[in-house]
Amino acid sequence: MYQGRLWTMRQFSGFGTPEETNRRYRFLLQQGQTGLSVAFDLPTLMGYDAGDGMAAGEVGKCGVAISSLADMEMLFEGIPLERISTSMTISSPAAMLWAMYLVVAEKQGAPWDSLAGTIQNDILKEYIAQKEYIYPPRPSMRLVVDTFEFGSQHTPKFNTISISGYHIREAGSTALQELAFTLRDGIEYVQWGLERGLDLDDFAPRLSFFFDAHNDFFEEIAKFRAARKIWAYVMRDRFGAQAERSWKLRFHAQTAGCTLTAQQPRVNLVRTTLQALAAVLGGCQSLHTNALDEAWALPTEEAALLALRTQQVIAHESGVAGTPDPLGGSYYLEQLTGDLEKGAYEYFDRIEALGGMIPAIECGFPMREIAEASYRYQQQIERGERIIVGVNGFQSEDEPIEILRIDRQVEAQQVTRVRKLRAERSNERVDRALGDLARAAEGERNLMPHLLEAVRAYATLGEMCGTLKKVFGVYQEAVVT
Amino acid sequence: MSRPLRVLIAKPGLDGHDRGAKVIARALRDAGMEVIYTGLRQTPEMIVSAALQEDVDVIGLSILSGAHNVIVPRVMKLIAESGMEEVKVMVGGIIPDADIPALKEMGVAAIFQPGTSMDEIVKLIRGQ
Repeated sequence: MYQGRLWTMRQFSGFGTPEETNRRYRFLLQQGQTGLSVAFDLPTLMGYDAGDGMAAGEVGKCGVAISSLADMEMLFEGIPLERISTSMTISSPAAMLWAMYLVVAEKQGAPWDSLAGTIQNDILKEYIAQKEYIYPPRPSMRLVVDTFEFGSQHTPKFNTISISGYHIREAGSTALQELAFTLRDGIEYVQWGLERGLDLDDFAPRLSFFFDAHNDFFEEIAKFRAARKIWAYVMRDRFGAQAERSWKLRFHAQTAGCTLTAQQPRVNLVRTTLQALAAVLGGCQSLHTNALDEAWALPTEEAALLALRTQQVIAHESGVAGTPDPLGGSYYLEQLTGDLEKGAYEYFDRIEALGGMIPAIECGFPMREIAEASYRYQQQIERGERIIVGVNGFQSEDEPIEILRIDRQVEAQQVTRVRKLRAERSNERVDRALGDLARAAEGERNLMPHLLEAVRAYATLGEMCGTLKKVFGVYQEAVVT
Repeated sequence: MSRPLRVLIAKPGLDGHDRGAKVIARALRDAGMEVIYTGLRQTPEMIVSAALQEDVDVIGLSILSGAHNVIVPRVMKLIAESGMEEVKVMVGGIIPDADIPALKEMGVAAIFQPGTSMDEIVKLIRGQ
């Protein structure tokens, strides 16, 4: 698998202001990281600007705060977008953040067709698990397909979606549910792309995937193998894709954040190493290894560096990277792979019977399955049927670790910055761009060119998302417990 | 016989990580309590007004985003203003040790950090 080149070492990172995060990126690149991965804060994920009432207390906390092109320019200051691939973990406002990235590239003089990277853009998993949705499913899917279409014309090296099981798993699903729901989401995206009239072999090779690397070592490897196998059959036999590139499932993996313990946090380094090894043996194309302090906070620089070193040891010292699918043929692993494959097809049938993934989401089917599984898992821990070292077994006094704290000043600073931007830009140009965006949204035109124009005029994220909220409405989920 | 304990489980802020809130809601229900789960993205005003309407004994706030130092004081202030001082407020989620004294100071009855067992939470709510 890695004979041509190693996987991309892509550490998910972002906190505080764009300047602080820019410094962390330069540090990680200096230390041998090979791709960037942007973590946005919750207001950005939800399409709110710093200063919006809903954003109070959350600016810069779980990621970097980006409210406009001005912030995005600072985030990538001194980083040549032509030469580095960037993944952006953003879904509901993915089209807006991607437009900002494209305009930063434009300003750097980097041609769009040279840009490599990924936008997460997986709105279905938001409804299912991560819950950072804004609009109802159908207009959200339109935005996603707009990016597919735009990408297939302008950014041939950019993955316009990362179909994600990670958040489904972190919300408490089993490995099988993660596999099945993610691939069924993939099928839904392909169907929507085809309905738009896109050429399958044009957009299918730009679909990428993202899985969790959890604790159960062999089951995880089997899950990655099963995913590749199922996707190849789905693309070739169900959709009739001609190009081999369309059959290939390429995936990013991240070690499982939900398995990290607040107790004896240094032990997390061991958990992460085992999970990362499973991802590599399972053939990931890029990998994030969690830092040992992440049950408590975003990682300190020291913890982030240890996490990166973990991958480097696996890549360069362990010798596991030299053979494609090294566990293929093991009776146990082949059995596990086959079982997961069969289980996934059974879930596909149940979802088809509900009318596809969107009706399944609307009736709460995947959410109920996940809630059941997560409760079962917790009960196993409570009863001692499943031992978590340091939590319900082998407890000992913890030695405290240093954790990263986000300065309260960050929020004030970002709020001032947005206010200043609004005072300095041409508000007339912004209004015109937002008006065009609203009209395009009411019709059927691709929204990407309109978003790009709004971004160039320095319209804020909140203004763009707010404009579309007026046309599309907002989504309220039926609560499932 | 006294009525069962009524508990409001709430997710304030923008965070969508609701696994913990849902697991706790279910565990409390299995322990015989009446549980109301608010769903996501509740403002402090929405939470306190729901607590008042539902006449609950306990409010459990689930916060994983690091926004607790902003959200909890607002909830506590609104509770005091609504004359609901007898309602116990508990906070669960990612709360660093260093923040605990200030939260207790403003009247939070209990703080549950990662790894707390469901059994422990049930016992504490029952006042055992």
